[in-house]
Amino acid sequence: MSTIELKQATKKYGDFVAARDVDLSVKKGEVVCLLGPSGCGKTTTLRMIAGLERITSGEVIVAGQRMNDLPPEKRDIAMVFQFYALYPALTVGENIAMPLHHEKISATEMKTRVDKVAEILHLGSVLNRLPGQVSEGEKQRVAVARAIVRDPNCFLFDEPLSRLDVELRHSMRGQIKQVLSNLSKATVIVTHDQLEALTMADRIAIMKDGIIEQVGTPHEVFAKPANVFVGSFIGTPQMNLVEAKLSDFDKGKAVVSFNGQDIEITTNERVGKLSSPKITIGIRPRAFTAESKANKENIQAVAELIEPMGAETLVHARTKGGNDIRVVVPREKRVKVGEALHLRPDAAQTHVFGEDGKAVRL
Amino acid sequence: MAEVTSIWEKLGFRKASGVSEAGWGQTLFAGLISLIYFLPVLLIIITSFKLQTEALSIPPKFMPTNLFGLIPDAYVFSPTLENYTSVFSRAMTSGGVAENTGFDRYFFNSIMIASVSVLLALVIGTLAAFGFSRYPLKGNDTYLFVILTTRMLPAIVVIIPIILMFRVAGLSGSYLGIIMLYTAFNLPFTIWMMKSFFDELSLDVEDAARLDGSSGLKVFFKICLPQVLAGLAATFVFGLILTWNEFLFALLLTGIDTRTVPVAMSQAVAGGGIGVLWGLLAAIETLFLIPVFFVTFFLQDHLLRGVTFGTVKR
Repeated sequence: MSTIELKQATKKYGDFVAARDVDLSVKKGEVVCLLGPSGCGKTTTLRMIAGLERITSGEVIVAGQRMNDLPPEKRDIAMVFQFYALYPALTVGENIAMPLHHEKISATEMKTRVDKVAEILHLGSVLNRLPGQVSEGEKQRVAVARAIVRDPNCFLFDEPLSRLDVELRHSMRGQIKQVLSNLSKATVIVTHDQLEALTMADRIAIMKDGIIEQVGTPHEVFAKPANVFVGSFIGTPQMNLVEAKLSDFDKGKAVVSFNGQDIEITTNERVGKLSSPKITIGIRPRAFTAESKANKENIQAVAELIEPMGAETLVHARTKGGNDIRVVVPREKRVKVGEALHLRPDAAQTHVFGEDGKAVRL
Repeated sequence: MAEVTSIWEKLGFRKASGVSEAGWGQTLFAGLISLIYFLPVLLIIITSFKLQTEALSIPPKFMPTNLFGLIPDAYVFSPTLENYTSVFSRAMTSGGVAENTGFDRYFFNSIMIASVSVLLALVIGTLAAFGFSRYPLKGNDTYLFVILTTRMLPAIVVIIPIILMFRVAGLSGSYLGIIMLYTAFNLPFTIWMMKSFFDELSLDVEDAARLDGSSGLKVFFKICLPQVLAGLAATFVFGLILTWNEFLFALLLTGIDTRTVPVAMSQAVAGGGIGVLWGLLAAIETLFLIPVFFVTFFLQDHLLRGVTFGTVKR
């Protein structure tokens, strides 16, 4: 059974904690993306599963078996590396065949299987070349081919697309997703690109400073960020995060003030029970409706910088109190610099975070 | 753009792509400079074809032919192979019969001792270097430094204790002794060179090999070693040249049967009471040049990659 389970997995380098109490379970056929900024411990977590890093404490269980003390060559895990890690002295075909040498199969069987994956990944024409003689995209496919040529316990991908140009990245993303869906193995993909995570993953684990901040489906992490960090990390343009003070709460309507302006927002009952009035309001740039007149439910701001993005326009606006707010408006709506905007946040897409940074939800 | 393959390119000399060739003036200038460096070697090669009187004549006779009368006769010598035959066989006393000089043996000794000890050092040193690079000990750098210190002492300082040790151990004059000594002398250099090559390799590739099911030994032989072939070649050539030219230890630690060419050469020219036999000396030197020249020539591609290894980022 192809599953991965991490229980309180911790990795320390001296005093530095690279990963702390990581709990993660990946079911058969599930793709989980570890997403986070550089140095957040996502690659360390992946290498702990692979056995390339010994875990300091906790447990690594792959396919139902405790793997803590097994060396990587005994774990039967296939991994695709960021820099592909092809064997420079072996041809593409030999590279792909490398993992098969330990399965004690006949030469013809080996060739059949290499040819089969080469066909899936369109590598048939370069099998006899050395890794140095093929293009970047082909190298990437060789790395994937080498991983899927055998039948491992699970798959690990370390930033698999980071070295490709934009166009290749898009097509490879689709190809990898398709290949993975046919294999039904537990898969972990490390990436710092949220688009990659949102498109490829069944679930996303967002990491920061060695800690998993939230695990959820792409929809969940986008629509219900667990804390300020997840809210700011997922979604482009970035979520607007404004520090504010809760001044009044009545029947699901909260009055919050930030830097001089009071606005009324619709929210949930738990906001009223917060012990500290210091909160952070998170509103996605696409969650605003521009209204014609100022009222107590919209935010007053002045357009400062206009960035056309094609289908939409990104407007940087400044509130009276001096906060910058990013607003995405449809292309048809022409906004001029210096224009006064009355922005009404969509209640369903307005997140309230408490003083500790955690989202306040029912 | 048309691909022009000159005879030089066919021989393996390549220029970097995208670099334009130098003009004639610069080429000529570079040629002149190289001539200055190459002149001593050239003189030796020319001298090896001269008789003793011609070798000593002033002005020097530097042309083997008068080029159909273009060169004045004062500068022309008549080339002879006599020096080369007398390297191996000549009369030891004036008027005596020609006898074997033993140089065939000395050449064999030089080739055997140098290649065996350099290869041994390469095998041991490469394994050690991989260990130092991948499985560092506590205080790894200290060990590496200690290894290097064995090369810091001038040979003349350590020669007396070594002679005494060899005498006690009964190793003086044996092949085993001199081979062990040269191996030990090549090791620090080999370890340091090879460690730097292993350090340059991408660790990802080894991680990948492990995940693909290779154990440590297999990773070393199948993955790492093929990647440092250039380094092995470079280390081999440097070690070979050092050992090939070594004189002091060979002089004091080899016996009559195990004598190497540099030692035999010094003794061959000194004797006789008729001054230095320049022609003979030049002939021995020319023969002595040939083996290393060929090894270096055939490994030049690797050599160049070896010494510039790691200067290009991935």
